[in-house]
Amino acid sequence: MEIYKADVVIVGGGGAGLRAAIAVAESDPSLKIALVSKVYPMRSHTVAAEGGAAGVKREDDSFDYHFHDTVGGGDWLCEQDVVEYFVQQAPVELTRLEHWGCPWSRTADGHVNVRPFGGMKIQRTWFAADKSGFHILHTLFQTSIKYPSIKRFDEYFCVDLLEEDGRCQGVVAIEMGTGEFTMIEGKSVILATGGAGRVFRESTLGGIVTGDGMALAFRHGVALRDMEFVQYHPTCMPITGLLFTEACRGEGGYLVNKDGYRYLQDYGLGPLSDKPKNKYMELGPRDRLSQAFWYEQQKGRTIEHPVMGSVVHLDLRHLGEAYLHERLPLIYEMAETFMGIDPAKEPIPVRPGVHYTMGGVCVDGKCETSLPGLYAIGECASVGIHGANRLGSNSLTELLVFGKVAGDEAAKRAKSVAPGNSASLLKQAEAAEQRVMALRTKSGGTERIADIRKDMVKSMEDGCGIYRVEETMQATCDKLGQLRERFKNVKLDDNSSVWNTEWLNAIELDYQLDVAQAMAHSAVNRKESRGAHQRLDGPDGAYTKRDDVNFLKHSDAFYVPGAAPRITYGDVKITKSPPAARVYGAEGEKADQERKASNV
Amino acid sequence: MSEQKVIEIEVLRYLPESDQAPRSEVYKVPFTDDMSVLQGAQYIKDHFDGSLTFRWSCRMAICGSCGMMINGIPKLSCETFIRDYYPNRITIEALANFPIEKDLVVDLSGFIEKLEAIQPYIIPKEPRTVEQGEYIQTPAQFAEYIQFTSCINCTLCYAACPQVGLNPEFIGPAAIALAHRYNMDSRDGGQAQRMELLASEDGVYNCSAVGYCSEVCPKHVDPGNAVNINKINAAKDYFLRFLSPKGGAK
Repeated sequence: MEIYKADVVIVGGGGAGLRAAIAVAESDPSLKIALVSKVYPMRSHTVAAEGGAAGVKREDDSFDYHFHDTVGGGDWLCEQDVVEYFVQQAPVELTRLEHWGCPWSRTADGHVNVRPFGGMKIQRTWFAADKSGFHILHTLFQTSIKYPSIKRFDEYFCVDLLEEDGRCQGVVAIEMGTGEFTMIEGKSVILATGGAGRVFRESTLGGIVTGDGMALAFRHGVALRDMEFVQYHPTCMPITGLLFTEACRGEGGYLVNKDGYRYLQDYGLGPLSDKPKNKYMELGPRDRLSQAFWYEQQKGRTIEHPVMGSVVHLDLRHLGEAYLHERLPLIYEMAETFMGIDPAKEPIPVRPGVHYTMGGVCVDGKCETSLPGLYAIGECASVGIHGANRLGSNSLTELLVFGKVAGDEAAKRAKSVAPGNSASLLKQAEAAEQRVMALRTKSGGTERIADIRKDMVKSMEDGCGIYRVEETMQATCDKLGQLRERFKNVKLDDNSSVWNTEWLNAIELDYQLDVAQAMAHSAVNRKESRGAHQRLDGPDGAYTKRDDVNFLKHSDAFYVPGAAPRITYGDVKITKSPPAARVYGAEGEKADQERKASNV
Repeated sequence: MSEQKVIEIEVLRYLPESDQAPRSEVYKVPFTDDMSVLQGAQYIKDHFDGSLTFRWSCRMAICGSCGMMINGIPKLSCETFIRDYYPNRITIEALANFPIEKDLVVDLSGFIEKLEAIQPYIIPKEPRTVEQGEYIQTPAQFAEYIQFTSCINCTLCYAACPQVGLNPEFIGPAAIALAHRYNMDSRDGGQAQRMELLASEDGVYNCSAVGYCSEVCPKHVDPGNAVNINKINAAKDYFLRFLSPKGGAK
């Protein structure tokens, strides 16, 4: 086995991992950094983020507004002290990225421009046309090249964490091009592996979004927090799930049903006004908009398409071709290429699709997990800023703010702890190698990966969709248990070493099944409705409402080998925003004014 | 859109542990009109042969992973549709001008080295602290470079470039376009540092101005234009080195 000794190991080369790597390199150039990623960093799924990154920018905005938007948007399941730090650091990090060359869109006088986004009181979303994630990722990747202390392990696939003396001390990875195993030692390990949305069928996500880091931490006893909260983005391409950014609505797009009616006014988001208003109508939060779609479908007011199924229309026509080309060029291209639609001339058929994992590896405000030496950042982590529903454009900023925090913390730790016992770590790594190799070399199986995966994604969609009931959630839990059994009987066509993606896909499926179980069991145990977790059941419909008495709590899912995860509950940090009714539109404006009046 | 038809997809297979040389294999793939060539390849992997190997991720032409030769033309397979070839056969092969590692996976390490070599980051003209806020960039300054920021590193332009085929050391269209992107950015002052490589024997003069790179670019970056602008810049720089006592540094 190859051995590499680093000071800090980072798993995942997307926005968060790259930002962390740069932070370590800047804090101490003598620290050796290993950046391990199963794809070349610029392929990471940060690349597909479109709309932008939130940070206070305008004179009429304030940290307080951003805080309240985020906490209310998260249905009060946010860690409020962490949110406070986050909103303050947001403009700092976004400005730093500007210095590194990110081509943020500008105003006519040359300043960085901001656009409106759902659930945000003041426009504060920094954007680079509608390729914000692409530009953030490429800027970070290219900037990272400046630092010689960052050694990249591109196309290395992480299969296990090394844990010794009660602390995390490195990882084991497969070099994909050869199939050889490498042990990478580190005094600090940062997980930055992204979300897990590919456990669902119709999603906006790339094939690589398989929850690897979540499963790795989970298997080492770290809790996965708030996993029942999975975001459905309201405007996705039917079948493929590809994303039409919220910026379509931020720039003034409408959502209409089969009668051409802007139906969101029927769901507590109105009234209509001439101009787009922040936190009204199409600028409401994602959970509410996806839920409104579901009701429209129940009422028979969606458009029924023979192939695409139920859809509503995202209407951008009134924005005009020139403006669309300037602000939403990618959306324009995607509508034309993938759907044969000219969005300046026709409305775009859309429906909700799975987009984001609010929960993740449980960490504190310093991005540390309960396993000393192990950190987590970005979508794979739950640092506490998204609560039960993430506001669009908070997550790109999260990558930067907490990437920096984790990098600094990991660097500090790496300088203060002694190196591990290499011989004993190697033994562990070899055991991991044997375990993973067994999957590649075993014979006699009959199950194809694709079949198990298909059943998993279907079952997650059935049980853990936009609206949930006990019976189907339980059915999903049971199904996942069966799939776990079937997975033992998996059969690979490819037993070779070089670029064996079928083998890697099998390891990913193994991760996905763990993460899916954490999601489904967390969901069935939360007997209330909050944010993205909406139920239709309970005695006298009791679970259809938020229950702050029993469930103003984080769920923590713990791994139990060979069985369903154990679910426990932990407190939510409330500092200055006590839970209140979560309202938008005119009602929201009224509540806002009352809150302000009571603070004076 | 829903009726299921069957297309023949011929794949250039190469399994380095068992094949002496690349070989062709034909698969009959049922498809619907919304299916991309990438989805065709996924269908083969899921249903016929799990050993078929290719890179992919985003499915929306932004991650740059899924480039391949499709009927001899370098394309992103996620935004190329089977319906446009039916009823004829589709042939897919690894990107040209790169060593094949397995099936449709090519060795990109050379490309990555070229990308790293051109110093693709801001070398500040006037360093600035966060407290000083953002750099001001007028619409005219922004327009100078923004087009060249759109490269997704898909390397289709390398597969298209006849000169990359002749001299694998040529730093090539995408890397030169990226150098140009930073050179043209008003925040950057690193043009002189990057010129050394651009004007070197592996630099811009390798280009024979065929322009096929720009033709296949899925993001309209026009790397060919970037290369040609830099031929002029490199020539200017060459003469300045003779004329100026500081060796052309501005």
